[in-house]
Amino acid sequence: MIATIGFYVFAVILLISAAMVVSARNPVHSVLFLILAFFNAAALFLIAGAEFLAMILVIVYVGAVAVLFLFVVMMLDVNFAELREGFQRYTPVGAAVGLVLLAELALVLGGWHFHPEAAALRLSPTPANLSNTAALGNILYTRYIFLFQAAGLILLVAMIGAIVLTLRDRRAVRRQNIAEQTAREKVQTLAMVEVAIGAGISETGILVPLPPAEPAGRPAHEAERDALAHPAEGH
Amino acid sequence: MPGGMPVGLGHFLAVGAILLVLGVFGIFLNRKNVIVILMSVELILLAVNLNLVAFSAALGDLVGQVFAMFVLTVAAAEAAIGLAIVVVYFRNRGSIEVEDVNLMKG
Amino acid sequence: MLPAIAVFAPLLGAAVAGLLGWAIGDRPSQVITILCMIVAAIAGVSNAVLLISGASGASVIPILTWITAGSLSVSWALKVDTLSAVMLAMVTTVSMLIHVYSVGYMAHEKKRTARFFCYLSLFTFAMLMLVSADNILQLFFGWEGVGLMSYLLIGYWYERPSACAAAIKAFVVNRVADLFFAVGIALLFSTFGSLSFADIFAAVPQHVNDHYTLFGTSFPVLEVLGVLLFIGAMGKSAQLFLHTWLPDAMEGPTPVSALIHAATMVTAGVFLMARMSPLMEYAPGALGLVTFIGGSTALFAGTIGCVQNDIKKVIAYSTCSQLGYMFLAAGVSAFPVAIFHLITHAFFKSLLFLGAGSVIHAMSDEQDMRRMGGLWRKIPITYAVMWIGFLALSGIPPFAGYYSKDAILDAAATAGSGLAQYGYICGVAAAFLTAFYSFRVLFMTFHGRPRADQHVLAHVHESPPVMTVPLILLAIGATIAGFALRGLFIGHDWQGFWGSSIFTLAGTNPIARMETLSAWLHPLPLIVGLLGIATAYLFYIVRPEIPVWLAEQFRPVYLFLLNKWYFDELYDMVFVRPTMRLARLLWQVGDATVIDGVPNGIAVLATDSSAEAVKLQSGSVAQYAFAMVIGVVVLIAIFLLVG
Repeated sequence: MIATIGFYVFAVILLISAAMVVSARNPVHSVLFLILAFFNAAALFLIAGAEFLAMILVIVYVGAVAVLFLFVVMMLDVNFAELREGFQRYTPVGAAVGLVLLAELALVLGGWHFHPEAAALRLSPTPANLSNTAALGNILYTRYIFLFQAAGLILLVAMIGAIVLTLRDRRAVRRQNIAEQTAREKVQTLAMVEVAIGAGISETGILVPLPPAEPAGRPAHEAERDALAHPAEGH
Repeated sequence: MPGGMPVGLGHFLAVGAILLVLGVFGIFLNRKNVIVILMSVELILLAVNLNLVAFSAALGDLVGQVFAMFVLTVAAAEAAIGLAIVVVYFRNRGSIEVEDVNLMKG
Repeated sequence: MLPAIAVFAPLLGAAVAGLLGWAIGDRPSQVITILCMIVAAIAGVSNAVLLISGASGASVIPILTWITAGSLSVSWALKVDTLSAVMLAMVTTVSMLIHVYSVGYMAHEKKRTARFFCYLSLFTFAMLMLVSADNILQLFFGWEGVGLMSYLLIGYWYERPSACAAAIKAFVVNRVADLFFAVGIALLFSTFGSLSFADIFAAVPQHVNDHYTLFGTSFPVLEVLGVLLFIGAMGKSAQLFLHTWLPDAMEGPTPVSALIHAATMVTAGVFLMARMSPLMEYAPGALGLVTFIGGSTALFAGTIGCVQNDIKKVIAYSTCSQLGYMFLAAGVSAFPVAIFHLITHAFFKSLLFLGAGSVIHAMSDEQDMRRMGGLWRKIPITYAVMWIGFLALSGIPPFAGYYSKDAILDAAATAGSGLAQYGYICGVAAAFLTAFYSFRVLFMTFHGRPRADQHVLAHVHESPPVMTVPLILLAIGATIAGFALRGLFIGHDWQGFWGSSIFTLAGTNPIARMETLSAWLHPLPLIVGLLGIATAYLFYIVRPEIPVWLAEQFRPVYLFLLNKWYFDELYDMVFVRPTMRLARLLWQVGDATVIDGVPNGIAVLATDSSAEAVKLQSGSVAQYAFAMVIGVVVLIAIFLLVG
């Protein structure tokens, strides 16, 4: 009884929030509605008896994927004032395609029923005396170990892929090498020069010619700073 | 427990169907923000998961849930890569308007 | 041997003149062709003399095998019998005289004339192949050959558009007739299984009761064959309905008109009837058609000739009319009489044409008789031979035409059938008209006040001997051919003379039948001929205002005759215009739009469809997403509904 009411409540909220995901103006709102949808879907999973999967849904989807969405949405600094236009142009087409899809799904589900031998063809029947998690654990690491490892590999590849795509090599950023700094000796930094009264830089021999033309991107003052950091030899 | 669900299988399937259609609709509807398209894809995958779990419960077969777990994995990986691409694209083009994504024209 | 020389010597002359004429020059070409023709003429005449005198007999001279395909076996061979010998002799002699005449006539040409002599000799070769053919396919080869040479010779002055049009007209009208001829040949083969005359004629009596079913009606095969072959002959001999090309053919040089359109090519139709007499005799229906067409043509052409103003056109219609006479004779089974008239006509008609050429040459290429007149003192030789020619044409004894034309009319009168009676009446009326228009030409051209301008009159001069000698020789022929050949051709022993070359049904003797004509009717053609001459004298010498008054009083009739009974206009409306329209339609719609449209359309289709396909590659990722989703939906639909 309660489960039935719960089902309807969660189902309605799920569908409403899914509709809001696609139609919200502000992308941050879209993400938040997505999170709400995931939560309600998890509740539906609970009603269906898949506890482990429900919790995994919350942890992975909400905790990781949705948060990732949120990061990117905020990072990209989208000007959502522009986003208001262009909404309605493809709505009829989309609605038509959606309705066709819905009709097809209804067609499939309408005239369908279980095969009489379905019960005998179950690949991994649910054990009666174990909890859902334990049952899943029993089969996941034994019968489906290869798929499990493959899923792991997919995640690894995705991680590497994301890093490869987004890692920027900032050559312009100057980093500190602490070990090198602390290992510096006096002779590398100071050079004592006898300067005659009134002599200019070129007579004293400490004028260092500018290095050849720099590749674009390096500001001129950095080039000069480099030149002064590495004085000419021979004094 | 075959068939041991408080609500009939059909209800779950109906919810899943509507969710799927909403996701598809979302792909068409949003021409201004690529991220919303990615979120619509997540909705579609969620609808698939719901279907799998509903059948698993109805048949009493755990394979459905195992498969749903793998779908989850793949959805997460795909969301990560998709967002990475969006970020890199934004860096290079400065906008994520869907209609501006037409470098492959020809 | 002699026939082979007679047939192939002109070919040699044509080859030399045609292939080497540009190198050796005009005069040597002319000399070589004339020499070859003289050799051919001597061979032809000797062959005829030997055959007639009995020194040599009828034979077949094989030359080469032409076709062996299954049951069809055709060889090149020369059939030597009385009919072919007579024709060989006539064709070679007349052609030789015309070659000589052409030397003088074409002397003022600016361009080379080697081509002309090549064509003349080549034409002679084709005609000789026609008359000496041993099988109908070889005859058809000669038939088409003379048609081709006629086209080339009519259009000899090819820069003149009227000449080109006339040449095409001649060829096309002949083609129409040749279509029926070709169908006839095919039918001959399918009926008799062979194309050689010997086989066909031997088998004719066995196929008398064969029938041919077409569109549900059954026709006797021999009648169908007779009609088909006759239609072919109608085209070549310019009989009624297929005559329209002959007057236009006067665009060619006058020697061409003399050779082709008087003596030889147009007589090929009559020759065909005589050659096929073993078959025609068993097709009385076809012979009836021949009689009807022949008689009608004789009268029809005679009426038109009375009002034409171009001297060559009058003589052309006269040819048409005389050919009608020959077919009339053939239609009443009097084939020897038809051949007799053919021979005599060859002499006096080519004489008349060459004489007209002489007049035209004297008058600086003037052909309209209304601008001639008063020439008889200036060109006396021409005048004299024209008198002889016209007397022969009008059927005045002792000239050649009298004997042959009278024989035709006697044969028609005694044949007994209604069609023959009709033909007789047409023939007598045409005899009057023939005499009338002949002497009209004579009086208008040579007598009366000169109507040409001073410049032309000053230039009038007699033709050189190279032209007048052939005229005189032909005049001699026109004088004596009648009474000299009569005894041989249609005498008492005519069957012995012709032998197997001309056939008449057993028990009939058309020649002997001619003797049964009542004595009252016998001189009728001569009387109407003299009446015609008298009328012409009245109209053009004594009271020249009469024809003018008649033309005004009966203006519609006059115009009707002047415009050749409006046949050309009728054919133009019924055949030529629809054909041109159809051709234009096929060209613009069929060829340019439909047939050209296919490759062009395929190209346009390829470019357009690729242009449309390119639009798929918009580069817009969102559209690609759309396409994927829509594709999934469509696939599901397919699986649901079909799979």
